[in-house]
Order: sequence, then C-alpha cells, then structure tokens
Amino acid sequence: MTQRPLTLQILDYVSILVLAISTYLALVFAPTEAVMGNVQRVFYFHIGTAWVGLLGFVIAAIAGIAYLVSKNMAWDRFGVAAVEVSTVFFFITIALGSIWARPAWNTWWTWDPRLTTAAVTELIYIAYFMLRAGIEDPEKRARFGAVYSLLGGLSAPITFMVIRLFRTIHPVVIGSQSAEAQGGFSMTADMKVAFFFALFAFTVIFVDMLWHRIRLGSLQEKVEELKLNASM
Amino acid sequence: METANTTNYMTLGFALTFVVMGFYVLSMYLRNRNLKRDMLTLEELQKSQLQKK
Repeated sequence: MTQRPLTLQILDYVSILVLAISTYLALVFAPTEAVMGNVQRVFYFHIGTAWVGLLGFVIAAIAGIAYLVSKNMAWDRFGVAAVEVSTVFFFITIALGSIWARPAWNTWWTWDPRLTTAAVTELIYIAYFMLRAGIEDPEKRARFGAVYSLLGGLSAPITFMVIRLFRTIHPVVIGSQSAEAQGGFSMTADMKVAFFFALFAFTVIFVDMLWHRIRLGSLQEKVEELKLNASM
Repeated sequence: METANTTNYMTLGFALTFVVMGFYVLSMYLRNRNLKRDMLTLEELQKSQLQKK
C-alpha cells in the first residue's frame, strides 16, 4: 500500500484539532443548561455523530446505486466504508442519547418512535456486515451489499423525520416538537456556536475515517488477489 | 428551578465517545498492519514460486 497522501495526512491533523476545539466548546464555552445541568453538553456530540451516521447510510445507498449501474468494485469499497464508519458513529449517538435520557427521562431506554427507529437502523447495518461475510463471491457480495444498502438507506430519512411526524417524547431542538416531548431547550447564541462547530467537526472526522477505511478496503482487495494467485 | 447535578452522566458520555472512537481507530490501524504483513508474505511467496519455475 502506498504512503498516505499529503492531503490525508493534513486531514488527520485537522480532525484531531477540530475534535479538540469541539470538545472545548461543548465542555467549557457553551453555558450550562439551567434545568438539566451538565449532561446537556453531550447533546453537541449526540447531534454531530447522528448527522454523520445518517449521512453515511445515505452515501452508502448512493454508492449502491452507482455500483448497480457501473459494476465498478470501487463503489462497493466506498459503500462498505461508509456503512462501517457510520455504524460506529451511530452507535455513539444511541449510547449518548441513552446516557442523556437517564437523568432527563428517568430511564436509560424507552420504546419511543425515535429510539425504536434509531435502534432498528443500527441493527440493519450490523446485519449488513454479518450477511456480507457469508457471501464468498466478490461480485455477488457487492451486488447484495448495493441492494441492501439501498433499501437500508430508507431508514435514515425515516429516523430523521419520525420526531417531526409522530407523537414522541424525544425533543426537537430545531423545528417544532411534539406536545409530549420532554427535555427540550432553547439554544443560546453560545450553544449554537458549539452545536454548529460540532456538526462541522464530525463531518471532517467522518471524511477522514471514510478515506482511511476506503484505503483499507483497497489493501484488502489486493491481498485477496495475491492469495488467489498463490493458490493457483 | 434548581439545576440538576448531572456531571457524572456528562463524564460518562464524553468518555464513551472517546473510547469508542479510539477503539475504532485502533482496529483500523491493526487491520492495516496485518494486511501489510500478509501482502509482504504473499509477495515473497510469489517471488520464490517464480524463481523455482
């Protein structure tokens, strides 16, 4: 595998820097929320990771379409990378939501529409890897992955929209929320700075991790080719 | 209304975020290292096979 390109090396350092700044903004710069206290600070990372999580699932669906049209394996590598990175970020989203819910709702988990759709989305993508691993033929595997991520990608907009369409206790910070919502708050100007910077920071980190994961996929493919040649 | 003391939950949340991200980066590093090792071994094997021929 070739040396990391300079742009990727720079992106690695930028990712660390923006993560540090975002942590500072969330922990120090943003004011303490009057009712919930310090636990509200996880909200910035909760939204940041949710954004890149759902974004990756949509990207994987688009990569799936691109693969089905072009049959180019590069799209498969791209789709797998997007799903893997997003699954990790979306797991963080769910875990942070659960940690926030304990003091805010007095429970770690409840089968609310948003929590349910988020859990289903995460499980869909965990299953994606388990099912892919069972297919030997690379082309069949790629075709399956493309169709699966295309259908699975529908869960991302559903998860995003569910708190805006159904009665739910999950708060909506931007936009109008359900009357049953618990734990909502209005963002001050400083909170908005921390919020939008977290969105930016996690987008940069997502791109960086995605790039690394695509490179890993290429290396994996080369090794598989060499193994095939060696066995002949 | 008095502000709730929820600092422990906040600490847990941030710690979990960094631990999960750290493990993921570590897993990518280890997978990359192992694949590079495999590639070197396979390339050497291929060379020795060619020399025998």
